[in-house]
Amino acid sequence: MNATESLRHSDAHSPLLEVRGLEKHFSLSGDFLEQLRFDKGRLVRRQEYVHAINGVDLTIQRGEALCVVGESGCGKSTVARTVMGLLKPSAGEVRYDGERIDDLSTRSLLPYRRRMQMIFQNPYASLNPRMTIQETLEEPIRLHHPQWSRQAIRDKVHEVMISVGVAPDWGNRYGHEFSGGQRQRIAIARALAVDPEFIVADEPISALDVSIQAQVLNLLMEARQERHLTYLFITHDLAVVEHFGTRVAVMYLGRVCEIADTATLFAHPRHPYTKALMSAIPRLEDDRPQHIRLEGEVPTPVHLPSGCVFHGRCPHANERCRREIPSLITTDNGAQVACHAIEEDRIS
Amino acid sequence: MSLLDVNHLDVRFALRNGDIQALRDVSFSLDRGERLGIVGESGAGKSVAAFSLLNLISKPGYIAGGSIRFDGQELIGQSERALRHIRGHRISMIFQDPMMTLNPVLSIGDQMVECLKAHRRISTHEARGIALHKLVQVQIPSPEARLDQYPHELSGGMRQRVIIAIALLLDPDIIIADEPTTALDVTIQAEIMALLLSLCEKHNVGLILITHDLGVVSQVTQRMLVMYAGRVIEEGPTREIINDPQHPYTQGLMNALPQMATPGSRLNQIPGSMPSLDNLPDGCAFHPRCHFAMRSDGQRRQACYEHVPGFVTSGNCRVACHMVSEMLGYERIPAEETTS
Repeated sequence: MNATESLRHSDAHSPLLEVRGLEKHFSLSGDFLEQLRFDKGRLVRRQEYVHAINGVDLTIQRGEALCVVGESGCGKSTVARTVMGLLKPSAGEVRYDGERIDDLSTRSLLPYRRRMQMIFQNPYASLNPRMTIQETLEEPIRLHHPQWSRQAIRDKVHEVMISVGVAPDWGNRYGHEFSGGQRQRIAIARALAVDPEFIVADEPISALDVSIQAQVLNLLMEARQERHLTYLFITHDLAVVEHFGTRVAVMYLGRVCEIADTATLFAHPRHPYTKALMSAIPRLEDDRPQHIRLEGEVPTPVHLPSGCVFHGRCPHANERCRREIPSLITTDNGAQVACHAIEEDRIS
Repeated sequence: MSLLDVNHLDVRFALRNGDIQALRDVSFSLDRGERLGIVGESGAGKSVAAFSLLNLISKPGYIAGGSIRFDGQELIGQSERALRHIRGHRISMIFQDPMMTLNPVLSIGDQMVECLKAHRRISTHEARGIALHKLVQVQIPSPEARLDQYPHELSGGMRQRVIIAIALLLDPDIIIADEPTTALDVTIQAEIMALLLSLCEKHNVGLILITHDLGVVSQVTQRMLVMYAGRVIEEGPTREIINDPQHPYTQGLMNALPQMATPGSRLNQIPGSMPSLDNLPDGCAFHPRCHFAMRSDGQRRQACYEHVPGFVTSGNCRVACHMVSEMLGYERIPAEETTS
């Protein structure tokens, strides 16, 4: 399982992952009978949906670390899960290495599952409490390489345990015997055990303590260099994004409002929401820039606002913003922004 | 004299195979209207420190020693009745999770009225008036309507505003806020912190802010304590500690922040993790992770590995570290040993 093999059926220039017009709605109304309501003496069927993502386009090139940031409920985790095939999209498509994968059966998805692995937020929940660490790490290898000998599997487990900094002789312990940081290392080892090329990490460090966060972030960066990994990194922490990401997508209420190279985004945030989000980070410096106050709170994704999803809190919103959904436009510095005000040159 | 004086506080948890010492020799003080931050990782004892101020530690925890003087009055050993007069009235608390703090079956107004009537002899009508006034102060949109709403009808940020209003209800002298914004989003967090700061300044209310976020501490507080494994290891004016931390652990915490490194480069991590309280290493609890201790030898090494460091003064700060005391040319003062 080396890099040349995984690059076999594609040229290195096509994007590794392409997401087009992705939508995901979750029904809130339960089954058919629960949807029936009496309304003015008549029986009507009513369905309500949570619009978790509404038309997201993303492209990830090989070797990139694309960070998706946003506040809770903006749909960033749903994007990660839909990309991984853990959720079926309501509309749109996911292409991995040129092949469409969102409509594949579980069986035909299996080869892709080896190439893309996921790391979850909560290492207390993502390790099976009844399996030893050795069993946890052997399981994915057995599944994806049924022809491997026991010794080969054991060697592989040994190798990944060393590479994430977990002593190999801890293999016969159980997950609960480890601290949060150690557990997250084991979860990373499990993802790396099948030599993936693409890692989806959903808030992998937010459940950890400050001094442990740096350790795990370093580990993820080492793995990226040594194993030539491509990342889709979901987080709400902009300081981590600035450090880790090569590109950033900012999401708000199920839509991408800005995508740019990390350096560009942090030097010149364009979208009003991005600006507000960046001004809200508590900084260590004495001279804090004036925090941009947003009116109100994030609307629920059940009743989406018309037009631009951000117009209710945006200081620059006008009639067009309330009516028409902005699409991503490329600005002069290469950033893509979805904002009417920027398109019309009302704001810089 | 300070409004609140905590001296040599020891808190233990009685377990079947012996006590666990959650706090050892914790001392700090708070002046009227002062804002103090308590920083540390989970398990460092920062919440236990705050809870013990009002004797809110539940069994098997107990206060084993030390003194807590509030406004000239000793709180340790006070009856439950006397403490109840102080809790909520003179010292109030804001907890991390706003949904857990509010009673789900009472309307916002009822909860506020209940709290007021428990402490003051006033009519329901008057109490509602005060409640409304406090809701206006925390800048809740349409405050009259909120009085009759239930907690589940409000968003997270709105609930935390209600909780701040309840904390301010009886015009306390001190508010203890335990991770008040951890459950909230970044943009909401910034608003809530700004609100809490402005209210404390305006009404001259003291604030004890417990958090793991150095950014929040640096923007809100005037003084801070850093805790590690149940002890205070560094204390002083927030600006001084943030700009020039002395203790290797505080330095490590600051240097590990992503904003301290060039993007894409390796972060300066602290190796290892905090020891659990039932298995503390001898000497300085930080020595297995401390790069100074690891590199030292001879007498110095012995100090770090065997003796608990006492506090030395550096500028306006106190630091508990053998290395710092040596660099500053102090005689080595071992801490009053309390280990059993």
